[in-house]
Amino acid sequence: MITLTVNGKRHTVDVDPATPLLYVLRNDLGLLGPRFGCGLGQCGACSVLIKGAAMRSCLIPCSAVKDEVTTLEGLARDGVLHPVQQAWIDEQVPQCGFCQNGQILTAKALLDKNPDPSDAEIRDGMSGAICRCMTYYRVQAAVRRAAALMAKRTRTGDVR
Amino acid sequence: MTITRIPAEIEDQLERAAGVSRRTFLKSSGMLVVSLGAGALGGPLAAIAAAGPYPDPDFHQLDSWIVVHEDNTAAFFVGKTDLGQGTGTAFRQMMADELDIAYEMTSCIMGSTDRTVDQGGSGGSTAIERDAWPMRRIAAEARRVLLGMASPRLNAPIDQLTVKDAVISVQGDPSRRVTYGELIGGKRFNVTLTGANINATTGVAPVKRVQDLHIVGRSPQRYDIPAKVDGTLMWAVDVKLPGMVHARNVRPPAAGAKLVSIDESSVNRLPGFVKVVAKGNYAAIVCEREEQAIAAAKAIRVNWEKPSSAPFPASEDLYVFMRQATPTSAEPPAVTGDPDNAFAHAARVVTASYDFPFQGHTSIGPAHALADPSNGQMTVYSNDMKSYGMRNGIAEFLGMPRDAVRVVWMDGPQAFGRTAADDAGFEAAFLAKELGRPVRVQWTRQEETAWDVKGPAFAFDFRGALDGDGRLVALEYGARAADHNHLGYNEPDTVLIAQLLGRRRASPARGSAGLPSEMYAIPNRRSTSEVVSLPAIWESPLRTGQLRDPNGPQITFASESFIDELAAAAKADPVDFRLGLLQASTEDDTAFRRARSIAAIKAAAATYGWDARPSPHRQEAGAVARGRGIAYAFRKQTVVAEIAEVEVERATGRVRVKRLVCAHDCGLVINPEALRRTIECGMQYALSRALYEEVTFDSEKTTASDWISYPILRHRDAPEKIDVVFVNGDPNPNRPDLPHYGAGEAMTKPMVAAVANAIFDATGVRLRRVPFRADRVLAALKA
Repeated sequence: MITLTVNGKRHTVDVDPATPLLYVLRNDLGLLGPRFGCGLGQCGACSVLIKGAAMRSCLIPCSAVKDEVTTLEGLARDGVLHPVQQAWIDEQVPQCGFCQNGQILTAKALLDKNPDPSDAEIRDGMSGAICRCMTYYRVQAAVRRAAALMAKRTRTGDVR
Repeated sequence: MTITRIPAEIEDQLERAAGVSRRTFLKSSGMLVVSLGAGALGGPLAAIAAAGPYPDPDFHQLDSWIVVHEDNTAAFFVGKTDLGQGTGTAFRQMMADELDIAYEMTSCIMGSTDRTVDQGGSGGSTAIERDAWPMRRIAAEARRVLLGMASPRLNAPIDQLTVKDAVISVQGDPSRRVTYGELIGGKRFNVTLTGANINATTGVAPVKRVQDLHIVGRSPQRYDIPAKVDGTLMWAVDVKLPGMVHARNVRPPAAGAKLVSIDESSVNRLPGFVKVVAKGNYAAIVCEREEQAIAAAKAIRVNWEKPSSAPFPASEDLYVFMRQATPTSAEPPAVTGDPDNAFAHAARVVTASYDFPFQGHTSIGPAHALADPSNGQMTVYSNDMKSYGMRNGIAEFLGMPRDAVRVVWMDGPQAFGRTAADDAGFEAAFLAKELGRPVRVQWTRQEETAWDVKGPAFAFDFRGALDGDGRLVALEYGARAADHNHLGYNEPDTVLIAQLLGRRRASPARGSAGLPSEMYAIPNRRSTSEVVSLPAIWESPLRTGQLRDPNGPQITFASESFIDELAAAAKADPVDFRLGLLQASTEDDTAFRRARSIAAIKAAAATYGWDARPSPHRQEAGAVARGRGIAYAFRKQTVVAEIAEVEVERATGRVRVKRLVCAHDCGLVINPEALRRTIECGMQYALSRALYEEVTFDSEKTTASDWISYPILRHRDAPEKIDVVFVNGDPNPNRPDLPHYGAGEAMTKPMVAAVANAIFDATGVRLRRVPFRADRVLAALKA
């Protein structure tokens, strides 16, 4: 039995401990945010947040996960989208959208560590997240927009 | 084909509204492991409910296209699929405009074969250019019918009625009003349309004049984006059914390898093992859980026999092979004027050859599908862009009646032609029929990169003649494409599983090379276009098919690079040289296309701030060389001119594209902001093909198999600035506007050439082989 805390809820699942976290999230917990893209840790489509870092859930055995896992579904608070998600909508970033889970979670982890990144830091920090529709230019604009939105929420004491 | 009915889902909707629920949602409580989050209309939950059969919705019934609800909202049912360019939003805008209903009060349901009429799904950038026309006409017809219903009710002649936001009122007396919902909410129109085929479908009402469109031309946000951002969208990869099992394919280790035997004992004791399916050279392993299928596919021992002769040359030897091969087909040479005489009297003759590799789709999400054989029918949950064709193909492939097969289209990773031949759907259906259980097929990354459908490799040879004044007087173009046995659309005898099962069509598709799509007036031309074959054309990972703007980036790379070489030879500015070729007159009536070409090129140059001078750019020999290049092309009726600004690191050969400009004329723009993003992304997509993408292979298999061995553009390569300017400036002031043309692919055409021309401008070195990876550029700089 494997116990996982995902988006604030504890789950116990009966799976092979070597099962990559991705398949437990998708097939046992019914989550839709993390998606299979390569199974090699190369593209980022399967990203989840663990201890504030965007991790590749396709590579992590579920039994190795000791800390809380946050998926795309877990970003919103009290029905309000996270600033990164809101920026993604405001900027109309996605084309097909299949990779955007990884783009959004990579951006969130980046901004949590560096709330005011330079353009170069955004480009470097996001480069592990591949997009085949090539939304990069708009993703980078959305990261800048999200940074501004997060700063504004901090100034106004809105902790969401 | 019998077409007599409107979609069952629409009947259900109408009957529920009438308080009569004829159909029950089949075991819907137990059918789904995961909530599908279905809306009242359009969610896959409703689709799962219907047990079949699944006859074609009748496109001659207005009720198959538009449902008006009692709450004065409307749902539009269209036979298209949205691959992420926002066509669904555009359809809603156009239909809402014609119907006179607020955009926000509408919804759009797309692409499932038993619920929406067959408009073919997606492909060829036809959504807005062709398929939106019946939608507009039918919405206009619905408005006409509703006005006719309102007239007796409001006791006023139709010409005294006015409509705003789905409310009809009497002119001058707004208190006399009735809503669409009150007139027909929950009821059928019962209007039969006419037209010889679906594209010609029409009522009697005219569509609005461009000047009367209010929702078209605005930029409502794409309705599909919020669910893609908050994690609530159910994609085709997400559907789960009770009893569903997971399959992984077992691919041959070399093209054309024969499956001799499978050691089933290597896997049949593994946890969750269900079955090994092997037939011909197709093999798959099926397990209860996904990770079990992955493990079993790695553990399975298969005895393959490699073919005795090499199926293809190694990628480094490809172009020599292609130039030496005897063509399998050739177009008759297209000749204008007297090119031989012109070359004989030329002041200067320029020659150049160009090579373009096989490139893959390498979709971010490998191929996948879920097939459900319940009730003796076959339902396939798929992201197939051509869901209707897949339904027909699978019915024929499995020998099932068409009415027993349906494809439920759901969102998926970008297609760009990959899912025009959707292997996973056929495999899932095949396995589901074999097992009698729902089967989900998921390709691996390595499988997708190695075995997906490829854009054909090209070899080009050019000759150009300049006169004493530097004018281009003759052009010879020769193209060879490795495109023999080009795949069709979801054909039961060309999808990969059919090939591996040994199915062969009588004669392979001949494929195509093609001609440049510029409008240059060159008095003497000879153009040849030939197709060559690799030694093996079946069961090969180098099978060719539709890749976004098929052949366009290849041909335009070569033709627009060569025009640049000629401009440089003539010591002319690349923009001026092109404009000169477009202002000349010829006998054929191409003035309008030339005028649009000139407008696009001038707009791109003005937006960029182009300073007229010949290439290359004279500059100090610093660590970084800077330059800019232009290229332009038509795709059907859409014309684009693009400029790339590059920096080349002399020490490493690394090319960094700093800025892109696109001047784009696709006629009437439906949603400017959605189009802007599609163009931005499409330009970066083509930039990826220019800088990185090449399918490498040895003489038996592809060696490109993941994101390391098949690199693509990344965030750090994205341009710092992209300017998109909509030209749509008809030079004829008497005409209100052009029709709406296609815009999904044209932007990919000139980009590779624009980058090559910019690198030449920066360095004086001409790159004639794609891609322009750093090692190649460095070698060229040192040569």
